[in-house]
Amino acid sequence: MLSDHTVSILIFAGIDVIMALSFYLPASAGQLSAGQGGFMALGAYTAAYLTVQHGTPFPLALAAGGLVGGLVGLAVGFPALRLRGLYLVLVTFGFGEMIRVLFLNAPAFGGPAGFAGIPPATTVWHVLGLLVVLLYFFTRLSGSRMGRAFAALRDDEAAAEAMGVNSTYVKLAAFAAGGVIAGLGGALYAHYTLFIDPEAFGVGRSLFVMLYAVFGGLASFWGAVAGAAILSILPELLRWVKDWREIFYGLLVLTMMLVRPQGLLDAALLARLFPRGERAAARG
Amino acid sequence: MFAQQLVNGLMLGGAYALVAIGYTLIFGVLNLLHLAHGEVFMVGAYVGLALALAGFPPWAILAGAMLAAAALGVLVERVAFRPVRSRGSHVTPLITTIAVGLVLQHVVVKIFGAEPVAFPAPFASAALDLGPVTLSTLQLLILGTSIVLMVVLEIFLRSTPTGMAIRATAENQTVAGLMGINVSLAIVITFAIASALAGAAGVLLAWNFTGLSPFVGVKVGLKGLAIMLLGGLGNVTGAMAGGLIIGVVEVMSVAYLASSYRDAFAFAVMILILLVRPTGLFGARLQTG
Repeated sequence: MLSDHTVSILIFAGIDVIMALSFYLPASAGQLSAGQGGFMALGAYTAAYLTVQHGTPFPLALAAGGLVGGLVGLAVGFPALRLRGLYLVLVTFGFGEMIRVLFLNAPAFGGPAGFAGIPPATTVWHVLGLLVVLLYFFTRLSGSRMGRAFAALRDDEAAAEAMGVNSTYVKLAAFAAGGVIAGLGGALYAHYTLFIDPEAFGVGRSLFVMLYAVFGGLASFWGAVAGAAILSILPELLRWVKDWREIFYGLLVLTMMLVRPQGLLDAALLARLFPRGERAAARG
Repeated sequence: MFAQQLVNGLMLGGAYALVAIGYTLIFGVLNLLHLAHGEVFMVGAYVGLALALAGFPPWAILAGAMLAAAALGVLVERVAFRPVRSRGSHVTPLITTIAVGLVLQHVVVKIFGAEPVAFPAPFASAALDLGPVTLSTLQLLILGTSIVLMVVLEIFLRSTPTGMAIRATAENQTVAGLMGINVSLAIVITFAIASALAGAAGVLLAWNFTGLSPFVGVKVGLKGLAIMLLGGLGNVTGAMAGGLIIGVVEVMSVAYLASSYRDAFAFAVMILILLVRPTGLFGARLQTG
């Protein structure tokens, strides 16, 4: 029914949306991470190693990828407790870079030559299924105690703490959950591309994940969804400009950010899209 | 052996420091990250390449690269920073500069191709035997140029009216404006200086590694960021010292450990510093003392 080409576009766009959501979750608690590619690498390599070396069933390997991403996310959350704003961006940059170099130097994972022979397992339904689960999760989260704690922390940390928000716990939870989502995204990615190497998860990946979410707007998780979906399909739409594609792409993103510095779906637009009661549900 | 590695590390570190100073100057005045700074460095190096292929002497290559990079830096400020300075959050310039970086990379790919190219040596280099270390005249030129540029910058920031205006703007934009300083002009000059230094570093590193690729900016840019953090955000002297430290650490790690870890060291050092001393080795803010 769907051509292979369409399926591959859908799967990669879906994984990009998953990754953008993994950035959005800690960002909604004011924790900007420029190292989501690192978590993705951990999930991808963990899951691929399990299916290739131990014949682990795909769902289990997927869960393991998410788990490792989450545990490392928790570990990265600790230094994050001491750092704010752009300092945190820089440290998470460094984290992503170190993960890349670690896999580059790990012969068990193929090192610079990459890790090949991963059995095909990811289908478009896996990706869409995870997306549906994530969207349900984010919808429920935004009205929950935890979701409101995230928003409070993002808006004013001191005030949030004064209101009884346990910022340590909330920040760690945000980072760990972001790590789980990125780990799952990585595991899905590995079992679709069937070959992974450390360069696939480098700074470029982390920057683009951040780009997707911010382009869409950080006011709601729908921003991350819209931003990633649009920007990962955009190169397909720009095929006609041939090798001017990246230049067009960059100029389009730049223009968009200059026209709408708060992203595509900013608070004002959300208020129009989701009037009254629904607005609370849509807010991240 | 050790002394030789130390000299090699200082040479590399000097060029890194020039990149990091640019980051730290811009961060100092704007409190924002310039993620296309690595690409400004790369474009500077390619302008140098074009001049070298046209047969210009080394000083003209260096000056041309610096001028072109300075012009580019001012342009980046105009399109990626100024329009969002008052309207966006501190996240917006991250995205606009990523986009500018992407455009710059692929404009260079269109002109020079995506493959790495050889960078011609500026002159037939002679080896100078200085007891325990051997230094080529080219290495001497690279090290000397970065030291001279840093000294000039230090004097400029410390004792010229424009330098003082930049420091005042970094200290507090509003108050600097109230004291009659043209803050917008100070910011433009800061971008010009920061970018010129990156352009110079581009040529110096291209001479050192004798090659160049359109994607070299990403790696060097990240290293510059790490060094800026090491020295303390907005601290020029810190960036100089941090650059030399990272250069030496990198060369030593290649010499005594595995070369594939060389890029991890800068970040390991950076993360350690942030955990132990979040303001960097030399404290934050634009200082020159």
